[in-house]
Amino acid sequence: MSFLSYFINGISLGSIYAIIALGYTMVYGIAKMLNFAHGDIIMVGAFATFTVVSTNGGNPIVGILAAVLVCTVLGVTIERVAYRPLRGASPLAVLITAIGVSYLLQNVALLIFGSNSKQFTSVVNIPALKLADGQLSISGVTMVTIASCIVIMIVLTTFINKTKMGQAMLAVSEDKGAATLMGIDVNRTIAVTFAIGSALAAIAGVLLCSAYPSLTPYTGSMPGIKAFVAAVFGGIGSIPGAMIGGIILGVIENLSKAYISSQLSDAIVFSVLIIVLLVRPTGILGKTIHEKV
Amino acid sequence: MALLEVNGLEVYYGVIQALKGISFDVEQGEIIALIGANGAGKTTTLQTITGLIPAKAGTIIYEGRDITRLAGHKLVPMGIAHVPEGRRVFAQLSVLQNLKLGAYTRSDKNELEETLKVVYNRFPRLEERKNQLAGTLSGGEQQMLAMGRALMSHPKLIVMDEPSMGLSPIYVNEIFDIIQKINGDGVTVLLVEQNAKKALSIATRAYVLETGSIALSGDAGELMNNDQVKKAYLSE
Repeated sequence: MSFLSYFINGISLGSIYAIIALGYTMVYGIAKMLNFAHGDIIMVGAFATFTVVSTNGGNPIVGILAAVLVCTVLGVTIERVAYRPLRGASPLAVLITAIGVSYLLQNVALLIFGSNSKQFTSVVNIPALKLADGQLSISGVTMVTIASCIVIMIVLTTFINKTKMGQAMLAVSEDKGAATLMGIDVNRTIAVTFAIGSALAAIAGVLLCSAYPSLTPYTGSMPGIKAFVAAVFGGIGSIPGAMIGGIILGVIENLSKAYISSQLSDAIVFSVLIIVLLVRPTGILGKTIHEKV
Repeated sequence: MALLEVNGLEVYYGVIQALKGISFDVEQGEIIALIGANGAGKTTTLQTITGLIPAKAGTIIYEGRDITRLAGHKLVPMGIAHVPEGRRVFAQLSVLQNLKLGAYTRSDKNELEETLKVVYNRFPRLEERKNQLAGTLSGGEQQMLAMGRALMSHPKLIVMDEPSMGLSPIYVNEIFDIIQKINGDGVTVLLVEQNAKKALSIATRAYVLETGSIALSGDAGELMNNDQVKKAYLSE
C-alpha cells in the first residue's frame, strides 16, 4: 500500500514538473530558445498568491487569478523587452540573457520579500481521500494537482489543434519565414506562447507551494531545472513529451526517495536522463531531425 | 497604373550588395519572368517584395501603395502570395492543415470552403492526400501544395520562386501548365525560374538579372530570340 502512495505522490509531483515543462517546451518549440527564467516565473506566481492569500487573507481563487495575471504580464514583458530585440542573434546571447533575467527576478524577489522562507497557505481545502480502510490516503492537493495537469493537457491540445492561433503556433515552430508568408504575425504568436507558458508556470507555482509550503526567492530554480530535464527527457518541443517526461521524472524521484535514498534521488533522476539521452538523443517523443536539401 | 512597381531597389547582405538598384513593373494580368544565373538576385528580389528581407533603398509600390517597409505578414491580406523556393510546406502538418494555414488571414468560413474546392479542382492530388503529412509527399506534390496553399489566400499577385526546381520533366510541364491556368483565372504572376526556356514560353514579359542588376528586358518572345539570351540562358 505504501508503494501505491509513493507512486501517486510521484505522479502528483510529476504533474507539477509536467505543467512547468509545457512552458519550456512550447517556448523552445516556437521561439527556439531556452527560457531559463521560466523557473523563476513559478516563484513569482507563488509570491503573488502568497501576497493575496497568506498576507491579506484573500480568497484562494483570487490568489490564483492574481498569480496567473501577474505571471502572464511578466512573461510577455520579458519576451518583449529582453528576448525580442535578440531575435536573430546567436543562441548563446539569448541564453545568457535568459540566465540574467532569472537572476534579476530572484534578486527583485529577495529585495521585496527577503530571504527568509515564508509559510505558504495551501489554496486547496479539500479533505484527503482515505482508501483501503485508511491505509491509503491521498491528499487534496495531490488530487487537485493531478486533475489540473489532465485538464491543462486536454485544453492545450484542443487549443493547438482546433484554433487558428494554435495552428499558427505549429506553423511558426516549423518555419518562421513560411509562416510569415501565410500572413501570420510571428512576433505576436511568440508573445502568445510566452503568455500561455507563464500562466501555466503560475499555476504550477501555486500547486507546488500548496504541496511543499515553504516559499523563498529560490523556490522556482530547482523545479525549473527538473522541468527542463523533463522537457528534454520527453523530447523538447513536444507537448505530450513534456507531459510524459514530467510524470516519469516525478515518479522516479519519489520512488528513489522512498526506496533508495532521499539524498541520492536527484542524482538518480539526472542519471536516468543521461541514459535516456544516450539511447535516444531526441528524447522519448522527440522528432528526429530531417535535414532536407 | 501597374499592379506592382519596383523602383531602384537596393538590398545588402552585410556589406555585400545583392541588388544594385533594380527597377521593373508588373501589370495586372501578366506573367512576368525574372531569369538569370545563380546568385543574380532573383530570390532576393522576391523576398524583398514580400517583406522577408529589408530594402536598403528604393521603393516597392503595390496598387499605388508604398509597401517597401511593411511587415511581411501584412502583405497577405492585401493580395500578395509567395510560393517560396524549396516549397517550404509545413512537413509535420497534414495537407489540409497546410491549405488552411494558407487562408490564415481570411475569416469567412463559407468562402474558405469555396476556395478549398477551387484548389482541390486545380490539384486533385491534394484532395486525395488531404490527411497525409505534407513531408511525405513527393517533390512535385509538395510544389502543388505550396501553390495551392498560396491560392488559399485568394491572391491578386502570386510570386513564385523556382517552382520547377528539382522536379522530373513530367512534373515540370504540369507545373507550368498550372501556372498558366492560375493566370487564366485572373491572378497576376511574378515568376523566378532557372529554366529560362520554360519561363519565357509562358511569360508575357521578362527581365534578365545579372549580378544584382537588370541586364535586359522585353517581351518574352523577343527575348527568346535574343542572341545574348540564347547563348547565356537557353544553352543553344
